[in-house]
Amino acid sequence: MSIGVEEAYETAGMILFHNFDIRAVTLGVNLKDLIHPEAEKMCAAVEERLTRLGTRLVRQAQAVSGELGVPIINKRISITPAAWLIEPCPSPQAPLLLAQAINRAALAADVDFVGGFGALMHKASTQADRRLLESLPEALSRTQRLCAFANLASTSAGMNMDAVNQVARLLKEMAAASPDALACAKFVAFANAPEDNPFMAGAFHGPGEADACLNVGISGPGVVRAVVDKYPDCDLTMLSEIIRRTVFKITRAGEMVGRKLASLLGVSFGVVDISLAPTTAIGDSVGMILHGMGLERPGAPGTTAALALLIDAVKRGGAFASGNVGGLSGTFIPVSEDTAMIEAVECGALSLEKLEAMTAVCSVGLDMFAVPGDTPAHALAGIIADELAIGMVNNKTTGVRVIPAPGRQPGDCVDFGGLLGKAPVMRVSRFSGSNFVGRGGRMPAPIGALRN
Amino acid sequence: MEKIVVVVVGTDRVGIIARFSGHLFAHNINIEDVQQKVMDGIFVMTLLADISQSSSSPALVRRELEELGREMGLKVMVHSEAVLKAMHRV
Repeated sequence: MSIGVEEAYETAGMILFHNFDIRAVTLGVNLKDLIHPEAEKMCAAVEERLTRLGTRLVRQAQAVSGELGVPIINKRISITPAAWLIEPCPSPQAPLLLAQAINRAALAADVDFVGGFGALMHKASTQADRRLLESLPEALSRTQRLCAFANLASTSAGMNMDAVNQVARLLKEMAAASPDALACAKFVAFANAPEDNPFMAGAFHGPGEADACLNVGISGPGVVRAVVDKYPDCDLTMLSEIIRRTVFKITRAGEMVGRKLASLLGVSFGVVDISLAPTTAIGDSVGMILHGMGLERPGAPGTTAALALLIDAVKRGGAFASGNVGGLSGTFIPVSEDTAMIEAVECGALSLEKLEAMTAVCSVGLDMFAVPGDTPAHALAGIIADELAIGMVNNKTTGVRVIPAPGRQPGDCVDFGGLLGKAPVMRVSRFSGSNFVGRGGRMPAPIGALRN
Repeated sequence: MEKIVVVVVGTDRVGIIARFSGHLFAHNINIEDVQQKVMDGIFVMTLLADISQSSSSPALVRRELEELGREMGLKVMVHSEAVLKAMHRV
């Protein structure tokens, strides 16, 4: 049956008026075969490979977008966790050399970001993991296109509180080392980090992956908002239904783009990540979806329930549309990148505590929020530990991307401009949990993890 | 067989079909179906076209039709029919 004018117009309208796009095509690249004790040799090989593959990715993504008529916004690469690459390198400069080599490759290939400069240390850490982490203030402030991560907890291993404390201390150094703490916007601390996530800043190419594979992140908060706004009075069952139908459509488009691009690149197709990822473009906002669902502001009573309904409907539609749904596939609720979330913080509707509650039902975590620059490291460690505990206990991914903004207090904001947006500084509890996080050690895995 | 769907959105005026079909003819692209309708007060026209006999790429055709749309004050999207079928057919 041929496509009707209503259907063609619906798709055209998604792109023309509601910011539907393929948010990211991310090429996962294995680099384990390039591990070498001489850091310079290893870095040269990494730079060559990423430049070559990145150039092909960008060229072919433009071709696929042109052929299919679906915009592709970001072209990215995720790599083998970088801590593994420096394991045999005695040179203390190895992490920084690697960071700079990756950054040069990203610039040369015009890849938007390369993710994977990080370590898996959810149970404990190696000397290379710790060295890599210690390099982050310098590595992230001296590069533009590098993204970093650390997996600090998992449902099966528990939480590495020593690493949480190390990360909290380093976040303060990262904030001091870069203007407006920009380096902190390029780092995520995770629980249960997925190995095939196409979204930054937390993408990496996990140990269970092939030499290369292509993952796709779709995005349609604007499309979902538009359809929710059309039904202001329907009941919640029907609301779920209309969201599900819409997400089905955009997931199918994402899968088609991903398969086509993977085939042109000669690599396997990985996952479609169906996460709703807002941008600061007018209307492309998860907060506005919540508003359309009937909340005066995100943070109002009912917000967590609304978000639970929203992400469940997204998963239902996405899973029906594609057998390859993976990655994070939750709802991003980054404060700085969503106009309705920014306004909600500014008018007092949304507190850090409510934001944390919201992340208990949507997978992605506390994202792109600013706290006062004088927030002590132990408070950052407590915020991270709380968030990762939600992921660890509930067998899901959670992450923290926090901006301790130097010299700022609640009422101020940090304006990054562009995609990263504007983060109003949120109030942090003035009561201390330092004696708890300061105990260090490993928090045991939840009893529910013993499933064998 | 490769097919595209051209979606033209805007205000109805003289010559829309003539000019868009003229462009497609110049690229040796066969039009198989034309539909038009006013939705939400907006004029929408779709053209289903077979480009398998054309030496022009979908990307080139898209650029030209978008430029034509700009000249005529219309929004134009050119999709692969395969994408629309994937989205709208189970």
